[in-house]
Amino acid sequence: MNFLFEFVISSLIVLGGIFVLVGSIGLIKLPDLMTRLHAPTKATTLGLGGALGASMLYFLWGEGTLSIHEVLISVFLFLTAPVTAHFIAKAHLHLNRDTIRQELSPTGRDHGWSTFDTVPKEAAEAGKAIDQPRG
Amino acid sequence: MIEYALVFGFFAVSLALLLNLWRLVAGPTLMDRVLAVDTMVINVIALVILFGIQYTTTTYFEAALLLAMFGFISTVAYCRFVMRGDIIE
Repeated sequence: MNFLFEFVISSLIVLGGIFVLVGSIGLIKLPDLMTRLHAPTKATTLGLGGALGASMLYFLWGEGTLSIHEVLISVFLFLTAPVTAHFIAKAHLHLNRDTIRQELSPTGRDHGWSTFDTVPKEAAEAGKAIDQPRG
Repeated sequence: MIEYALVFGFFAVSLALLLNLWRLVAGPTLMDRVLAVDTMVINVIALVILFGIQYTTTTYFEAALLLAMFGFISTVAYCRFVMRGDIIE
């Protein structure tokens, strides 16, 4: 039983370290920001999840109490990582909107990409109709 | 066995921090640097958790939670500042 706990904790720590390292190697190796965004926000978060699971098992094994702090930290991180990635991607799109808009393929519809162009006319009117008080 | 795993974990996370520092210094665009700092905060949380395992103390969890919140808030604030020119409108 002791060996099993030690083995699981050790492998979780090693897996966490490997995933954190892979995330940072991806941050160095990948060619531009939109691809670079993948490595830290996914691999690093998963690696941190491994370290937190190891810590939780370790204190469950050593003290016999299930500590809830790690669950709190991992839930917070797993919730905030996609939000952070979304904000960074959107700020990047807005900072370089002139060059990125030329690279984008046409949408094939009568209005453009939603981050760069204004709201299409009929959708704006539909939104206005929803906003207006009834009766 | 856990001691050796912890040595490996410290080594990996420290190497990851150095690579992030490289991206922070080299990063061609502004958002690359923001992303590097965000990743550095997450790696520091991992380091704090591993310290907690090594010294068998639960004191560091509050520090890790505070770092997680602080990293998220600072990244979002910076991105909002870049996008809107203001943080709280």
